[in-house]
Amino acid sequence: MSKRVPLEGSFATAEAARMADVDVIAAYPITPQSHIIERMSEFVHNGELKAAFVPVESEHSAMSACWGASGAGARTYTATASQGFFLMHEVLYFVAGMRLPVVMAVSNRAVGPPANIWGDYSDAMSASYTGWLQVFAANNQEIFDFTLSAFRIAEDPRVLLPFMIHMDGFTLSHVVEAVFLPEQEEVDAFLPPYKHPYAYNPDNPCCYGSVMSPATYGELKKAQDVHVRGTIPVIKEIWKEFGDRFGRYYKPIDSYKAEGAKTLLMVAGGLSETAKIAVDKRREQGESVGLLTLHLWRPFPFEDLYKAVEGAENLVVFDRAPTLGGPTGPIIGEMKAALFGVRNDLRVAGILGAFCGRNLEVTEFEEVIDRGNAICERGSQEMVETVGIRG
Amino acid sequence: MAPDTIKVGKHQIDAKEYLAPGHTFCTGCGEALAIRLACKAIGNDAIIAMATGCSEVCTSPLPVTSWQLPWLHTLFENAGAEISGIEAGLKAMMRKGKAPERDIKFVAMGGDGGTSDIGLQSLSGALERGHDFLYLCWDNEAYMNTGIQRSSATPYGASTTTAPAGKLSMGQSTQKKNLVEIFAAHGIPYVATASPSYPFDFINKVKKGVAIKGPAYIHVYAVCPTGWRTTSDRTIEIGKLATETGVFPLYEIEGGKYRINYEPKNLKPVEEYLKAQGRFRHLSPSEIAKIQEKVNEDFALLKERAERLPAG
Repeated sequence: MSKRVPLEGSFATAEAARMADVDVIAAYPITPQSHIIERMSEFVHNGELKAAFVPVESEHSAMSACWGASGAGARTYTATASQGFFLMHEVLYFVAGMRLPVVMAVSNRAVGPPANIWGDYSDAMSASYTGWLQVFAANNQEIFDFTLSAFRIAEDPRVLLPFMIHMDGFTLSHVVEAVFLPEQEEVDAFLPPYKHPYAYNPDNPCCYGSVMSPATYGELKKAQDVHVRGTIPVIKEIWKEFGDRFGRYYKPIDSYKAEGAKTLLMVAGGLSETAKIAVDKRREQGESVGLLTLHLWRPFPFEDLYKAVEGAENLVVFDRAPTLGGPTGPIIGEMKAALFGVRNDLRVAGILGAFCGRNLEVTEFEEVIDRGNAICERGSQEMVETVGIRG
Repeated sequence: MAPDTIKVGKHQIDAKEYLAPGHTFCTGCGEALAIRLACKAIGNDAIIAMATGCSEVCTSPLPVTSWQLPWLHTLFENAGAEISGIEAGLKAMMRKGKAPERDIKFVAMGGDGGTSDIGLQSLSGALERGHDFLYLCWDNEAYMNTGIQRSSATPYGASTTTAPAGKLSMGQSTQKKNLVEIFAAHGIPYVATASPSYPFDFINKVKKGVAIKGPAYIHVYAVCPTGWRTTSDRTIEIGKLATETGVFPLYEIEGGKYRINYEPKNLKPVEEYLKAQGRFRHLSPSEIAKIQEKVNEDFALLKERAERLPAG
C-alpha cells in the first residue's frame, strides 16, 4: 500500500535515498540542492537512516568521498547543482570509469557569469560525455521514482555505472507536489543489497587507477562506450519491473497525444508539463500536434527516438542550455545528428529558452510550436532561435 | 619457512615486501625506500589511497603493479576526500552489519605538491572531520614527477624548473610552507616528521600513526637524487645531513605536546647539506648565511615549543 504525501522535489529524492537505505552521503551545500542534503542529514541525525553523513569541504571532495565510499562497497548518494557540479567535473569521469554506482540528484541550474541561482540545463549538459547514466524528471513523483530505480539500475552487475537524476532547480526542487510513497517492504523487495565485485578489500588486494599507455587506452574507452550504450535494455527491464511493482511505467521518451501527429514538440524536464497544456490547447483546436518528453539522456535512446517520431513530419525540439559559439542547443544538435541519414524526411527545428529560471508560459510553448512549424516549412533557421528572450 | 620478521638489533621488521620489485622508481629514490618501510609498518589489513605523483606512476603501469595491498590511485588533489569516503563507507557498513567488524588501517599518501598545494583543502577537510586514517606526505620538495617544478614545499634557494637560478634569480625566493604546524593546528591526535635515513624511528612513527584512533599525519623526508642533483648512492647520507644540520628535525606532536626524537649535540653547518646538492650549487656565501640563520631560528623555536609543551 502506498501513501500519497506532499513533498517538494528535494525531499522526494531524499525520501527515495532514505528508503534505499544508503550507507554514505557525502555532500556540500549549494543552492538549490541544499534542501536535499539537509533532509538527508536530518534522517541520519534523527536515526531514521543508518548512514554516514560526510559533510565535506567542497563538491570536488563530495564526489571524491562518494568514489571512495562506493568503491569500498557502500551504497552512496549525493546531490549538487551548477557551480558545484562544475567543480565535481574531473571526478565525474573517474567515478564512471571506475564503474561505481553512485547515485546523484542534480537540481539543474544556470552557470555563471552572471552569478545566479535559477534553473536551466547548463550544468546538466556539461556532463553529457562523462559516462554517467542520466535522466530528466518532469515532476516530483518522477524524481522519487527515478531516484529509487537509479540505485537498482546503477548497481545491477550488468551495469555498474553511476546515475544522475536531473531535476529542475526551484521549479521542482522547491515546489511541493503530491508524491506516492511505497512501503519499505515493497522497496526492499525491489532493491537488493549492493555488492560490488571488486570492492576495496585487504583479503583481495587489487590495484585501481593504473597508468595506461596509448597501446591500450583507445580499446578501453571503446569498451566503456559500448558498455554505456548497451545498458538501455537493462534500464528498460528495470523500469518495467518498477512499473509492475509500483504501477508507474517509464520509457526513455514519453509520447503524449503523439499518435498520428504531424508535428511533435520535444521537451525535457519540468517544462514538458507546461508544454502538455499547450499541446492540449492546440489539439482542441484541431491541430495535429503531440509531445515527446525526453527522459533518458544517457545513454542516448536512438531506437526509442526513431520509434517515437514514426509518422511525424516535423520535430520541434526545445532546449534550455546556451551553447556559446556552438551549433544550436545541445539536445537540438544531438537530435539532428541522431536523425540525420535515418529520417531525412523528418524536418527538425530547434528553439532555445527558459534560461536561468525564466518562466515559459503555455502561450509561449504555442509560439514554439508555430515558429517550429514555420522553420520546418521554410527548411532553414538561424543557428540560435530563442523564445521569451529579448534581443 | 622464511621468517616473518627480520631482527636488527632490538628492532623487529616485517619480512614481507608489500611493494614488489620491478617498479620504475629512479635509482636511490628516497620515496621508494620510505614507502617500502612504511608498508612494512602498516601491514596487511590496510587500504591505501595515493594521490597522483611519482609513486603512483612508478608503481602501477598497467598491466603490472607493485602493490600487494589494496591500492587506489586517486586524483592529484583528493586523497584526503577519498580516504574519508573509504573509511566512512566501510565503517558505516560495519555498523549496519553489511561488512564484518574488522580493524582496517586507512592510509592516504601524497607528495609535497599533492599535500601542500593542490590537495591541501581536501586533506584539511578530512583531518578536521576526524576520520580515522594516517596520511603520509612524501616530501621531495618539488613536483618531481612532472619535471622538477617548484611547490610551496620547495626550500628557499633551491633551483627548480619553474623557479630556476638565473641571471635575475637565485631559485626559490619563498620559504618552505610549514605543513607540520599547519596540520598540528587542526588539533589532530598525532603529527610527526620522519625520514627513511632513520628507519626504526620512521617505522615506529608509522605504527603509532595507524594505531591511533582519529587522524594522524607524518611528514616524510624523501631525498630525490634526480631533482636534487645528487648521486644516487648518497640518499641515506643526505637524509642524515638534513637532520644533523637541523634542516629537517625529527619530532612528534602528540595531543599538542612536542617531542624531539633526535637532537644532535651540535648542529652541523647547513653548508655541508647544501653543498652536497646541485640544486643549491649557485648559492652565494651570503645566501647560505641567510639559510643558516633561518635554520637556527626555526630549530630554536622548535626547542622552545618542546620545552614549553613537552610530550612526557
